[in-house]
Amino acid sequence: MANETKKTSTPLLDELEKGKWPSFVKEIKKMADKNPRAKDLLGQLEQSYKDKVTHWKHGGLVGVRGYGGGVIGRYSDSPDKFPNVAHFHTIRINQPSGWFYTSKALREICDVWEQHGSGLTNMHGSTGDLVLLGTSTDNLEPIFTKLTNKGWDLGGSGSVLRTPSCCAGPARCEFACYDTLNLTYDLTQAYQDVLHRPQFPYKWKFKMSGCPNDCVASVARADMSIIGIWKDDIQVDQEAVRAYAKSGVDVQSEICDLCPTKCMSWDGKDLKIVNKWCNKCMHCINAMPKALRPGKERGAAILIGAKAPILQGAQMSSVLVPFMKMEPPYKELKDLVEKIWDFWGEYGKNRERIGELIQRVGMGQFLEALEIEPKPQMVANPRTNPFIFYEEYFEEEGEQK
Amino acid sequence: MESVQAEQRRTDIGPPKYDQFLHPVIKKNYGKWKYHEIVKPGVLVHVSDTGDKIYTVRMGSPRLINVDTIRMVCDLADKYCEGYLRFTSRHNVEFLLADQSKIDPLINEIEANGYPVGGTGKSITNIVHTQGWVHCHTPATDASGIVKAVMDELYDYFKTMKLPAKLRIALACCLNMCGAVHCSDIAILGVHRRPPKILPNLNKICEIPTTVAACPTGAIAPAVVDGVQTVEVNEEKCMFCGNCYTMCPAMPLANSLNDGVSIWVGGKVSNARHAPMFSKLAIPYLPNNPPRWPEVVNAVKNIVEVYAKDAKKYERVGEWIERIGWPRFFSMTGIEFTKYHIDDYRFAATTFNTSTHFTL
Repeated sequence: MANETKKTSTPLLDELEKGKWPSFVKEIKKMADKNPRAKDLLGQLEQSYKDKVTHWKHGGLVGVRGYGGGVIGRYSDSPDKFPNVAHFHTIRINQPSGWFYTSKALREICDVWEQHGSGLTNMHGSTGDLVLLGTSTDNLEPIFTKLTNKGWDLGGSGSVLRTPSCCAGPARCEFACYDTLNLTYDLTQAYQDVLHRPQFPYKWKFKMSGCPNDCVASVARADMSIIGIWKDDIQVDQEAVRAYAKSGVDVQSEICDLCPTKCMSWDGKDLKIVNKWCNKCMHCINAMPKALRPGKERGAAILIGAKAPILQGAQMSSVLVPFMKMEPPYKELKDLVEKIWDFWGEYGKNRERIGELIQRVGMGQFLEALEIEPKPQMVANPRTNPFIFYEEYFEEEGEQK
Repeated sequence: MESVQAEQRRTDIGPPKYDQFLHPVIKKNYGKWKYHEIVKPGVLVHVSDTGDKIYTVRMGSPRLINVDTIRMVCDLADKYCEGYLRFTSRHNVEFLLADQSKIDPLINEIEANGYPVGGTGKSITNIVHTQGWVHCHTPATDASGIVKAVMDELYDYFKTMKLPAKLRIALACCLNMCGAVHCSDIAILGVHRRPPKILPNLNKICEIPTTVAACPTGAIAPAVVDGVQTVEVNEEKCMFCGNCYTMCPAMPLANSLNDGVSIWVGGKVSNARHAPMFSKLAIPYLPNNPPRWPEVVNAVKNIVEVYAKDAKKYERVGEWIERIGWPRFFSMTGIEFTKYHIDDYRFAATTFNTSTHFTL
């Protein structure tokens, strides 16, 4: 490869080596010393810092044999100047549930990537994938073969099931109301075909959060947000509440007064909770995790339709099923998902997310198509306008139409 | 023979199963965790019903890291954590330790390597962000550079837990928002401000009906220029979403004179106390000023500091603003309120104040 010896001059990027936060410029530079792709990335990025525009061209279809996603084609608009990033494709590797790794597994990925790519990664991308940043088309098949032989597979891109992701769940969190890691693994395996081969109107994201704290931002980002909740009473250890009070927590002002439903009271000895008023916001449990725990009858709320602003404006997911048990083999959930995908495939327009389709046809129609009963948990409030599409009316007996 | 088999092509195997990556203490106590405590900034302990404990040490990372840095992290995991580690949804590395006595030596080694430990509790943890000029074709700004400059300035908030509540910052370098910043305490969003150019070869690389249909405001119409089929843009109708460029590469919006950054505040995803909230516009435009974007850094720092001083314990930025009201938010931060702050898209009227609940 060309340009291997001369050092790249980067006066602007050098400014980003200063300061206490770890520097991505240092990360690129360390690779640039031994990897020509990283070296030309550095050069092109400096050019962008000078010009204040990107120097990557629009897309380009590229991938591995038999898959329609997982590789993002990327080409430089200045290949003469930066020949080693003329192609600089991204590879998305489907991360393990909860981003748990062993050093051995990570080293294996590093070795393949150092040999066949820029040596630069994102740990991780926004959707959750382990992202390998930058290689040429001829390296894609060798990388794919080597990685799959080590047990890894590509993630999603384009109009597919995007790589599902989840929080730390029961592996390392006492709040988890269902097994987010297992559900994520199960759905990912069950739906490999739609993850790798575009068959949807647009992208579909699943995000699994174990509790209403929603550490993977599912309510903002997932077409289907699966958020752990409980049905019964918060578990209370009164002795531990008193210990918090003793250690300086003002239980009245920091716990009871901040409860959105005002379902708690504290008399200096016992914390009383009217559980039927509780809306499971998590504040009291977050503030006193030693004393309070979610109830024992656990499952998840299923919300639907979140997306970023393009095109009709940003949407958060809204409640579709207020409570569902979440246990393998997750048949009830999968039946629901497949029904929704059928409806979306039938009625969705090209590049229409499910949340936009629901806006277009109406939630009422959507529920009817899925045979889901309307429930008050689904709305912030009932409609305020009187323009109701009544579907039936009475006729006089023997009336002529 | 073995090497031939090792090179066999396999497909649709999915990710490796997570259980092989779980520390033995985690495997044994899976689903049995009783409570957790923050031992000190950057260090958690989770205690199981069985009495077992697992310690977590959280390390900040620039997200864009090279294979040698990953190997350095692996070396530390081998030395202190029996080889087990994880990453967080905000790009931090988490080392998982069974032995409490190893925490401080590990922290010392992490910091000697130039990486910070922190990001727990009432702190500012790592900024979720996108690719920017490093690797994307539609950005209106860079991502990693702004994140680096902002985190340099907010570094102490990562290392301590002195804020009223956690504060989550996210950055997306265009309106596509692959960083989904729209529910963050503070969001930094790249914006284009000049309507797309129409390249002369448009009819050769784009379908004209698809291109026209791509515009949500109907600003694009078919046209014939010098006998060649193309499109024209009604510039007054353009709201710079960039969807036309996504559909048609011959309509680029990126522009060095006009691209820049907007700042949004008050979003959250957690349900704690208040339901999840969208971020709302604070500053419609700041210039792209690489390499260190001083205007953006100062704007973010200002909002953080005003919030840190005025908010009550547990109040997220959005909850704080809801209590004090938007007039006070603008007067306290010194940010100018303009007509750009008043919504004029689909649900605009739902954002107008229909009460006398405001401060003067």
